[in-house]
Amino acid sequence: MTSGTSTRHTSATHAGAPAGGASHGSDAVTVIEPAAGWPSLGLGELWAFRELLYFLTWRDIKVRYKQTALGASWAIIQPLFTMVVFSLFFGRLAGVPSDGVPYPLFSFAALVPWTFFANGLTQSANSVVASQQLVTKIYFPRLAIPIATVLSGAIDFVIAFVVLLGLMAYYRFTPSAHALWTVPLVLLAFVASLGVGLWLAALNVQYRDVRYAVPFLTQLWLFATPIAYPSSLLSEPWRTLYGINPMVGVVEGYRWALLGSGAAPGRMVLVSCIAALAVLVGGILYFRRMERTFADVI
Amino acid sequence: MPVTAAIRLEGLGKRYVLGRALDPYRTAREALVGAAVGAVRAAGSLVGRRAPASGDDAFWALRDVSFEVPHGQALGLIGGNGAGKSTLLKVLTRITAPTTGRATIHGRVGSLLEVGTGFHPDLTGRENVFLNGAILGMRREEVARKFDEIVAFAEVERFIDTPVKRYSSGMYLRLAFAVAAHLEPEVLLVDEVLAVGDAAFQAKCLGKMGDVTAEGRTVIFVSHNLDAIQRLCRRAVLLEAGRVADAGPSDEVVRGYLTRQLRRPSPAEWLDVSGLRRRGSGDARFQAVRFSTGEQTLDGHPYPLGPLEFQMQIDSPRARSVPTLAVTIRDIGGVNLVNADIAAAPQVLQLEAGVNVVTLRIDALYLNPGEYTVDLWVGDGGPTGLDWVESAFQLLVLDPRPAGTGPSLVVTGIVPCTLRATVAPGSMRDAAS
Repeated sequence: MTSGTSTRHTSATHAGAPAGGASHGSDAVTVIEPAAGWPSLGLGELWAFRELLYFLTWRDIKVRYKQTALGASWAIIQPLFTMVVFSLFFGRLAGVPSDGVPYPLFSFAALVPWTFFANGLTQSANSVVASQQLVTKIYFPRLAIPIATVLSGAIDFVIAFVVLLGLMAYYRFTPSAHALWTVPLVLLAFVASLGVGLWLAALNVQYRDVRYAVPFLTQLWLFATPIAYPSSLLSEPWRTLYGINPMVGVVEGYRWALLGSGAAPGRMVLVSCIAALAVLVGGILYFRRMERTFADVI
Repeated sequence: MPVTAAIRLEGLGKRYVLGRALDPYRTAREALVGAAVGAVRAAGSLVGRRAPASGDDAFWALRDVSFEVPHGQALGLIGGNGAGKSTLLKVLTRITAPTTGRATIHGRVGSLLEVGTGFHPDLTGRENVFLNGAILGMRREEVARKFDEIVAFAEVERFIDTPVKRYSSGMYLRLAFAVAAHLEPEVLLVDEVLAVGDAAFQAKCLGKMGDVTAEGRTVIFVSHNLDAIQRLCRRAVLLEAGRVADAGPSDEVVRGYLTRQLRRPSPAEWLDVSGLRRRGSGDARFQAVRFSTGEQTLDGHPYPLGPLEFQMQIDSPRARSVPTLAVTIRDIGGVNLVNADIAAAPQVLQLEAGVNVVTLRIDALYLNPGEYTVDLWVGDGGPTGLDWVESAFQLLVLDPRPAGTGPSLVVTGIVPCTLRATVAPGSMRDAAS
């Protein structure tokens, strides 16, 4: 063995005062150690990097419709055309009930939060892999990537929501004070979207299968959610249990808050909230555990 | 003021697991396996062992790395490809976690593993400055305050509101480096960022790096540019196969690194160069080389103004004529001192199919005593040449005078000269006439 491969412990210090010396500059100390066990949620660190989160969101919004001919209209096209197709096939031809609300309005009120959820999920699932260049070159809380991606979908949501209000005006629906519930409900959609997105984003780093599974997943989920049909087709307690799919609570909550259709879906939304939070916390923990090797396997 | 270590590494190790063939999507891992297997082989051959070819192997990219960097000191990190330099920086920047050991860093850490990380082609220069600043850990007010300075440094004032995808690569690099150069962390970790751009840009980067180190920040600087390491860093650490192989003043470490890489054969001894790294088409290859003065003095070692003869075995698959064939002697820093090329004669050699022995004789070697490296080159007139072995071996030029005779030869020049001094009585008037 050449002498070159032997290890020499080198002290480059002059005086070698390891501790208790004058601290220079800030008191920030970074300790780097092998990761072991389950991580924390890391929310404190995320808060410290909130400006980066802001800039990543801002970037995603800025570049979203760069070099597209239709620009932000894409935010409307997707739910609007789905609504038209649903109205024709389910509303007209199949005669699916719509809780006494005009079918186009009935489905569009559900499609607006759904589109936010589905796009957030799809894009966040791909977000970490798409940010490979960042992940392998610089450190920051990796959670910022999928969070920024889902947040940037809010702009599309707002545009689609305005169209929904227009559609309500067309059908002469006046929103009541219940309409304020749409705000916490869209938060619920955000939590659900991010929760699932985190699982998929972390999995995607390891297994690119996710990329192919996601469109399929969202399609199935669309029909597992009462968008084209009302959840009132189910009887209790099944209807409440249906809330385990967090988007059930969101969609039915929207219809109730904006269109006043059916009874207040309180219990169902509660179940949805619990389910969404469980998915989110699990997603954060799984993501944080997997992020240690992101740079190695991406 | 007592000096504390700003950066302390204690037994840091990083292990990668190789040979998982089950995951077809892990293309990055495949690349990693490829790179790592090469490094393992290199490490294995160092200790005279063949590394296992495949299987579920663990590979240590870093092993038991310990050193300290005091506050305000710049440390250079050197080593060959696959030595673990970049892995070490990735661990220190928390991009990837270590497998063993511990590192402690005091102070706000900034890292620069690449210029323009996170630049988005569709965003304008202005937007990218803010985005990149945030990614590098700068506050928005900080970027806003330094914005004019950054733009001026990058010399892109006129294009600052143009999307960067319309930039020339030079403008892009300048802007990217400008943002990073205005980071003000207490501890700065920098990888090979100077390897990009043209000479003027590199000089500018180097100047900025010099400012940073002069300001008394703690810096770890990885580079293949040994000259830059020597200029910017007082101390250096040499990594080899993931371990600390040497540490100390950067001049000594760099020198040790350069010499340990080279073989220094005795005169008249054939040195096998067939396994060395080389460039060129490979349509004729150097197999072995030897040198000698052909004299008994100094056991055949060359001396200033003495003769020197090189013999080279060249394997050519077919007969061909060779218009250029050279032995290039460089100093340790890589400066080309003597280029003995037959093209200068000019002369054309006829190679037969099979192994040829070419003898190239230098009648008087204009080099002072010292250590030199030798390149071998053979070409067919095309730009890439047939075979080019850089730093094939090390050549020692000795002082021919026996020890103890006269004052020791203090040589300051590179090149010797034959000289004779005379003295005669004279006056100012004589000199003026």
